[in-house]
Amino acid sequence: MSELLVRNGFVYDPQNGIEGEKADISISNGKIVESVGTGAVVIDASGMIIMPGGVDIHSHIAGSKVNAGRILRPEDHVKDVERHTAITRAGTGHSIPSTFTTGYRYAKLGYTTVFEPATPLLKTRHTHEELDDTPIVDKGCFPLFGNDWHTMEYLRQGRVEECAAYIAWMLRATKGYAIKIVNPGGVEAWRWGRYLVGLEDKVPNFDITPREIVRGICKVNQLLHLPHTIHVHTNDLAKIGNYQTTIDTMDSVRGLGGDNRPLIHITHVQFTGRTGSAWHNVGSGAPEIADYVNKHDHVTVDMGQVVFMNTTTMTADGGFQYMLYQLSGNKWFNFDVEVETGAGIVPYTYRRTNYVNAIQWGIGLELALLIKDPWRVYMTTDHPNGGDFTKYPKIISWLMSRKAREKSLARINSTARNKLDLPDLDREYSFSEIAVVTRAGTAKALGLKQKGHLGVGADADVAVYDINPTKIDPSRDFRLLRRALRKAAFTIKDGRIVVKNGEIVETPIGRTYWVDSTVSESLKSKVEADMRKTFTKYYTINMDNYAMADSELANSHRINVKAEV
Amino acid sequence: MTVLSKKIFPNVICTFCGSTCDDLEVTVEGEKVLSVRSGCSSSLSKYLNYRADRNLTPLVRKNGELQETSYDDAIRRSAEILANANYPLLYGWSSTSNEANRVGIELAEWVGGVIDNTTTVCHGPTLLGVHDIGEISGSLGEIVHRADLIIYWGANPVHSHPHHIMRYTSMSTGRFRLSRKDRKMIVIDVRKTDTAKLADQFIPITPNGDYELMCALRMAVRGDELEQDVISGVPAETIEELAEAMISCQFGVIFFGLGLTMTEGRHRNVDVALSLVRDLNARTKFLIIPMRGHFNVGGANEVSAWVTGYPYAVDLSQGYPRYNPGDTTAVDVLVRGDCDAALVVASDPISNFPVEASRHLVKIPVITIDPHPSATTPISEVVFPSQIVGIETGGDIVRMDGVTIMTKTIVPAPPGIHSDVEILEAILAHVKKIKMGKQ
Repeated sequence: MSELLVRNGFVYDPQNGIEGEKADISISNGKIVESVGTGAVVIDASGMIIMPGGVDIHSHIAGSKVNAGRILRPEDHVKDVERHTAITRAGTGHSIPSTFTTGYRYAKLGYTTVFEPATPLLKTRHTHEELDDTPIVDKGCFPLFGNDWHTMEYLRQGRVEECAAYIAWMLRATKGYAIKIVNPGGVEAWRWGRYLVGLEDKVPNFDITPREIVRGICKVNQLLHLPHTIHVHTNDLAKIGNYQTTIDTMDSVRGLGGDNRPLIHITHVQFTGRTGSAWHNVGSGAPEIADYVNKHDHVTVDMGQVVFMNTTTMTADGGFQYMLYQLSGNKWFNFDVEVETGAGIVPYTYRRTNYVNAIQWGIGLELALLIKDPWRVYMTTDHPNGGDFTKYPKIISWLMSRKAREKSLARINSTARNKLDLPDLDREYSFSEIAVVTRAGTAKALGLKQKGHLGVGADADVAVYDINPTKIDPSRDFRLLRRALRKAAFTIKDGRIVVKNGEIVETPIGRTYWVDSTVSESLKSKVEADMRKTFTKYYTINMDNYAMADSELANSHRINVKAEV
Repeated sequence: MTVLSKKIFPNVICTFCGSTCDDLEVTVEGEKVLSVRSGCSSSLSKYLNYRADRNLTPLVRKNGELQETSYDDAIRRSAEILANANYPLLYGWSSTSNEANRVGIELAEWVGGVIDNTTTVCHGPTLLGVHDIGEISGSLGEIVHRADLIIYWGANPVHSHPHHIMRYTSMSTGRFRLSRKDRKMIVIDVRKTDTAKLADQFIPITPNGDYELMCALRMAVRGDELEQDVISGVPAETIEELAEAMISCQFGVIFFGLGLTMTEGRHRNVDVALSLVRDLNARTKFLIIPMRGHFNVGGANEVSAWVTGYPYAVDLSQGYPRYNPGDTTAVDVLVRGDCDAALVVASDPISNFPVEASRHLVKIPVITIDPHPSATTPISEVVFPSQIVGIETGGDIVRMDGVTIMTKTIVPAPPGIHSDVEILEAILAHVKKIKMGKQ
């Protein structure tokens, strides 16, 4: 069978304690192995860095909301096009690239796994159609809970086990991978055009608070033994002073777990890390949040880093998007999903000279630099919200180089610069730490044991970058670093070379991961009987037409777990 | 002799209009549909008569006449026409599955043509309005549960979407709105339609007066004073009352049809309608939803957008997607006489397009894939019979509000007849061979 030998590179595999040692990586049948035969295809990686393929934990790449963004913004695509070739499909960028282009661009960055972090249950069939048309990378999606009537009703009545069985049914029906919570309770309020504040406001008509929803679903997540924690976009996103809501949300689930395993992932913390009382005194809450994360093992976070550019903001938090429309005056898309959730989209330009935007830029970087353990903070832009994913090399350079940060700091709004702690932070990430925040840590947080490392038995997803760590100091030569990271010398997916010298050479279809958590037969049938009654009343679609079959996915990869209930 | 037994299929998804109701109960015996329960007049006629009037064999024009031919010959001939064309048009796509659309776009990439769907002659202006303003929308269940004010503007669902009002709007039962009396229904149209007869209030307007009326309404919602006494045939007092009804409702919605998109002003009408609803959200909760016609016109837009970035009228002649409605739209491409071949899938442009466009279509080789004979089939160079989506073959389709559902096969197709997906894949494979050979 096909064998590959990646020779003589500097290997960064933090999970296996390998930090830039010269080594060979042997690949056979799509897996990392001890050694290969003499017939193996040899890739000469001399003077290059070898890492596991990148694993993105949070990137909006597929589904009805992303596609609505594409439809909303022809002006985003017109200057960024991809030509059809004998190997690759045509497509467009920019901040919301078409599906094929998305797959190719991730592969060129050396990424091989991407998770779409917000899909409405009712519309997840669409999300999977798009994921099927997103080539090369492995993928999965996080269905949205926490504003859905079933969850809120079960939890209000204290029926946590039945809620667990319902969520297990939904994950199976939607082929979902993890539980996403967006503005718990707040999106149901927004479906009336209303807002909740903090964790203690009652959801209209449902007599439950965001705190109770988050805690309840966190318990469900543990009962179901899902590989990832709950993945939470907190209440009060983008509001001034919201860092406290973020800390309160983290703290609301403290003690719910038995061991030191993480219980909650707070996503794109940059958007929920603001201090202050009005727009003129907005500041960074990164020090407070980082302090909490440093002292508590049960939390992981990702950055949601802002890059100065024109991009497309999109979230299930429809109310937030309405506020952003009012602030920016840009065009506004809103979509409310019956029974379940919502969505909003607003094009937005982050300007370095804008005080608040510059603070936002600083919050993301401060978080990554102040949280001591890289295994619990991950690099994202919340693509495309803070900027598109092709800007990752730039962010890596900011993390690895104080000089790169100073260059950017010199050009941002001066009031913001004076207010941020960022100029005083001298930490610079090592290549190993970069490997953690972009692949090893994310794979671990997602519970993907075969990803994010290069140990024997791991999936042969490998990135090779043309940069010599013994000759190039990323702190000083950050531009060389960026250039090397933008176009991987080689990307290997399941043992096949998919990118060579930054160009696509093969386009296999990646897997779609989803989780099947089995609950006891009696609980399952009881909850299904309940749902049959409520479904007819709640939905405009029959329960039988709602659930997806395994065969609907192009490359379905089910992960079986056994629930505690 | 085989004894056929009756089979009952519950929860069948109707593939007629954009409502795509999923509660039909269809009884079949072999290939025969015996009965349809819960269907509207449109779905009854579609399902009970699906076998009548069909294309049954592939046809190819030889010596000026359409003659029966083999499937393989028709595939070969089609691939040659498309692969050798300079600037082919690939049109239709709204009455077939997402899967067929996915293959269709790849084919367009290989032959370097323009791919456009029927949006171009119905809600194209809606999408142009969305590009300008945005969209404030929701799934139909939101209307069922919450809406206390329902406005139909330039739309007549009693005829176009017969179960729409019962299942999704004024007459539906929701969590927070139990019955018809919990909702107010207003119809705005140029004549008293059958939909208007069901409304609490009918506001007649002068034809092509939508833009002015909508602007006046927008002023009234903002609290500006109207200077004229009558606007588009509607007294200023009525407009002010309507604005007040919109502001004071708890959850309102406007459904609009071709009465807005295909009358004077077109996308400007949609612009101002979307702006009005956007403004209203500062005062209350308000959505706006277009009444999409074909059962999968939504899917044609969605697939086109996720593959190319653009929802219709995509020109791939340069190798990358280009979008310029008015230039890359099917009718314009035809009227200019630019395209030198056409593929028509599940559509009948000859009977729907302006005559200048049809005039060019008859001059060029046309390949038609359709279950039924149409005005387009007799002018075609190649005709493929195909399976009917939702009856003889399955596939994903997108409801008018953007919800994707999967249709299933309920009866076997006539022997030798393939699905759109199979036909398109076969043509694509052959086109690839020709193109790779040339390289």
